[in-house]
Amino acid sequence: MSEWLENHLPKVVLAPSFIAVLIFVYGFIGWTAWVSLTRSKLLPKYEIKGFIQYERLFDSPRWDTAINNLYVFGALFIVIAMVLGLLLAILLDQKIRAEGAIRTIYLYPMALSMIVTGTAWKWILNPGLGIESMVQGWGFPNFEFDWLVNPDYAIYTIVMAAIWQSSGFVMALFLAGLRSVDGEIIKAAQVDGIPTWRIYTAIIIPSMAPIFLSAFIVLAHLAIKSFDLVIALTGGGPGYATDLPATYMYAMAFSRGDIGQAASSAMIMMLVVFAIVVPYLYSELRAKND
Amino acid sequence: MNRFAFATVSTLAVAAASSVVAEPQAEVLHWWTSGGEAKSVAVLQEEFASNGGTWTDMPVAGGGGDAAMTALRARVLAGNAPAAVQLKGPAIQEWYEEGVLADISSVAEAEGWAEVLPASIAGHMKCEGTWCAAPVNVHRVDWIWANADVLAANGIEMPTTWEEFNAAADKLQAAGVIPLAHGGQAWQDATVFETVVLGIGGPEFFQKALVDLDPEALTSDTMVQVFDQMRTLRGYVDENFSGRDWNLATAMVMNGEAAFQIMGDWAKGEFLAAGKKPGEDFLCASTPGDGYLYNVDSFAMFDVEGDDKKAGQDLLAKLIVAPNFQKVFNLNKGSIPARTDVALDDFDICANLSAKDMGATSDAGSLLPSYAHGMALRGSQSGAITDVVTAHFNSDMSSADAVQQLADAVANSY
Repeated sequence: MSEWLENHLPKVVLAPSFIAVLIFVYGFIGWTAWVSLTRSKLLPKYEIKGFIQYERLFDSPRWDTAINNLYVFGALFIVIAMVLGLLLAILLDQKIRAEGAIRTIYLYPMALSMIVTGTAWKWILNPGLGIESMVQGWGFPNFEFDWLVNPDYAIYTIVMAAIWQSSGFVMALFLAGLRSVDGEIIKAAQVDGIPTWRIYTAIIIPSMAPIFLSAFIVLAHLAIKSFDLVIALTGGGPGYATDLPATYMYAMAFSRGDIGQAASSAMIMMLVVFAIVVPYLYSELRAKND
Repeated sequence: MNRFAFATVSTLAVAAASSVVAEPQAEVLHWWTSGGEAKSVAVLQEEFASNGGTWTDMPVAGGGGDAAMTALRARVLAGNAPAAVQLKGPAIQEWYEEGVLADISSVAEAEGWAEVLPASIAGHMKCEGTWCAAPVNVHRVDWIWANADVLAANGIEMPTTWEEFNAAADKLQAAGVIPLAHGGQAWQDATVFETVVLGIGGPEFFQKALVDLDPEALTSDTMVQVFDQMRTLRGYVDENFSGRDWNLATAMVMNGEAAFQIMGDWAKGEFLAAGKKPGEDFLCASTPGDGYLYNVDSFAMFDVEGDDKKAGQDLLAKLIVAPNFQKVFNLNKGSIPARTDVALDDFDICANLSAKDMGATSDAGSLLPSYAHGMALRGSQSGAITDVVTAHFNSDMSSADAVQQLADAVANSY
């Protein structure tokens, strides 16, 4: 008995969470895939009707907008947040005074929920309340900053708020990375008289490749699932100019009673996530097998 | 005494108690949780209790009913639906098609609902001939509200055609007043849009385009004109309108910053709450053109098991449509009673105008369901139209493109 337990204890302990994940993650992915092939409206129906929901999805101009916004938002958000985070980390790494306090200040936005961030930025960017009216009040009546209410630029306000929220977190990741680089190598480089910027670009940053990958994965999944920020900041507007796939899915499932359509958009979102995560997992696993 | 005997006795006791009493019980799912609305529901709750019923309140706030619908879906799928649910328009029929609504025809016939409700409103309460829902109120959607002082100062009368409205708006704009207070949320864009469809196209066109979804009507020249007028209206809105809540737009009319607002009669509640007097401080009129767009709140009755719950459901249905509740509730909420035989002496002039027009348009066949408020179409169709309307209003899309997109979106929504 005790021998059996000794051999099987890890499996027994893991079994409940394994079963839970099997049902609540993979089971429901399967359920969503099934429903996305039906004509479910208000309540789920299980009669398969082919790919009609996907055809409707790709015919919908609103979905086009949502997907384009995801590209714009995702690319800008990930790149700028990483560049800013790295820059902040390098500046903080210069053995400056009060580093702890400054680090905390930059990390603080991460402590806010996206709803708070969105609401605060909504007021900051509102032309009648925020920056525009403030600068006009300073005596520049022609100053204009109406991105929030301009359908062509509104998506960039979401990028701004998201970067403000996340770049401190990325900074913390990179700072940990910078600190883990072997100090001897840097000292050796300094002895050889190599300029500081070369030390960073040629030695430190290349040795932080795994950190870049982690930061990218964290930011990418934040981008794909972002929902609350859009709801708080623009409500998807003006019109549906700042819709993202997640808000599209919500509108279909919960406001319009169009569950089949919502399921098909959820499946596409999942495929986008797979497209990013699968190569990552593949490279990780390969690295371990080597 | 052993355990078996005890169990038998207690079972008998319970059985005896339930067969004798059968106290009416009803669980009611609604999202009337804000000030005036909560007060209105409390009226019904008290009346239900004073008739010997036990009311189980199930308020689910949030998302304009989205959260409540999610709760309802879960309850229905679990086979345990509430007795009555705040539902309206085609949503009632949608749930009926899922086979979960109850038949309350016996109450409706005993109370003579067919005689006191306008025919087109009664139509929403029936599922294939049997009564399945009870109407609570009638909100008129096609109202235009105005600040009386601003109009007087600029020598403007309430407009009766859209040309008059445009002329008045130009004059106001020249005088430095925002002509139209509007909030840039999709449903508000849709509200203005449907009043323009009614005003420019007339009731018959409205019926064809936004109720029957006739592709010819959707792509007609009239619809192009409607979008042209929407573009004109866009010019009369201030530039900070994006995302503004409707009550903030009402406040702009109240304090004279803006002259007009197009909004349903819930806006009246804001005026009254601020101590403004209808006819003196603010004016109400139907939007330019004929017809009447209604938004009727109602309770759909779901299938429940057990005599006490069925009795509760019947009692609830009876009380909802009874004159007393219709009067008290609507005085609180700013709407008018759905039944036409309630004395309106205690109501203000706007409500009286609304009731008069409802009677007249019902006879003329121009009493029409509001599309923007989910009375005319199912969620996926009305949502598809709203997407196009709000995309057009918030961009520089041409009217011809908008009409084409409208037809495509409707075709794609089934």
